[in-house]
Amino acid sequence: MSAESARSSATPTDPQASRWYDAEAGPVVRPYAMTRGRTSSASRHRLDLIAIVVPEPEADDPGRDQTLSPEHVEIIELCSGMPQSIAELAAGLDLPVGVVRVLVGDLVEDELVHVTRPVPPAELPDVNILREVINGLRAL
Amino acid sequence: MAFGRSSRKKRPVEPVTLKILVAGGFGVGKTTLVGAVSEIRPLRTEESLSEAGRPVDDLAGVEAKTTTTVAMDFGRITLREDLVLYLFGTPGQDRFWFLWDELAQGALGAVVLADTRRLEDCFAAVDYFERRAIPFTVAVNCFEGADKFPTETVQAALDLDPEVPVLMCDARDRGSVRDVLVTVVEDAVTRENRVREPAAT
Repeated sequence: MSAESARSSATPTDPQASRWYDAEAGPVVRPYAMTRGRTSSASRHRLDLIAIVVPEPEADDPGRDQTLSPEHVEIIELCSGMPQSIAELAAGLDLPVGVVRVLVGDLVEDELVHVTRPVPPAELPDVNILREVINGLRAL
Repeated sequence: MAFGRSSRKKRPVEPVTLKILVAGGFGVGKTTLVGAVSEIRPLRTEESLSEAGRPVDDLAGVEAKTTTTVAMDFGRITLREDLVLYLFGTPGQDRFWFLWDELAQGALGAVVLADTRRLEDCFAAVDYFERRAIPFTVAVNCFEGADKFPTETVQAALDLDPEVPVLMCDARDRGSVRDVLVTVVEDAVTRENRVREPAAT
């Protein structure tokens, strides 16, 4: 009898098993559900954290909303006011950077946004730009 | 119309974006430093470990744990409408070092923030940047109550190459942090000039 109850208490359906409530249970939707399980997009290059997302004029079309997910629409709206970097979008949407990369990749494919290419890795920007940065910092 | 088709709204300016990393031990003041000069409250972004750590972390046995995330704090300084500098505080925990490689790509340089009371906390960061030949500047955060040392002493204690800039700073002070950042960019200019004119001098 006692062995029986011990076994039943170990089953996952046992009401006494540890339960998670509210925030403890984690996000209701797992992040990559928003990308339909994809961890990369068809976009050719990996998007840098400081790549700037700029909406195309086509993104103004009100009809677009019907074919896009709410997260896609939110990204377009966030960068319509002021173009934003991938890092800022991730913080603004409270989504992992990896998810934002996939979603932005979709929008690039649909030609609703384009993304600036930051300075290629292992290559410093032009000295003139660096001097402008120094002047800009000094003026702070 | 002279410019062909144009949108109703003014086309936004596409700024050139640059980044500087801020590294150092836990609690040394990285986020404070970013916050002192950033025009936005330091933002937090999270990278999902299950994706970012795929080539590095062995997730065997912990497959269910897909929500582990690592936070990076960052700030922004708009120098001009078309020139924006981002500061990224690197994740402090050693186990997230693989994320540094991505952060370091294309960075102008790095600030290694040090505390003279526990200098050993920044050894790992110094090591990392030295190995990857990423230019860095050591900024000693002058905490109240900490002994002040000459920069030569810090340079010797960290066994730095003589060309690595070392300076004192107050991570809470905007002007002080600005000077640190200017030093990082000046160092980048010096290195660039050296690369461009190897025959000179």
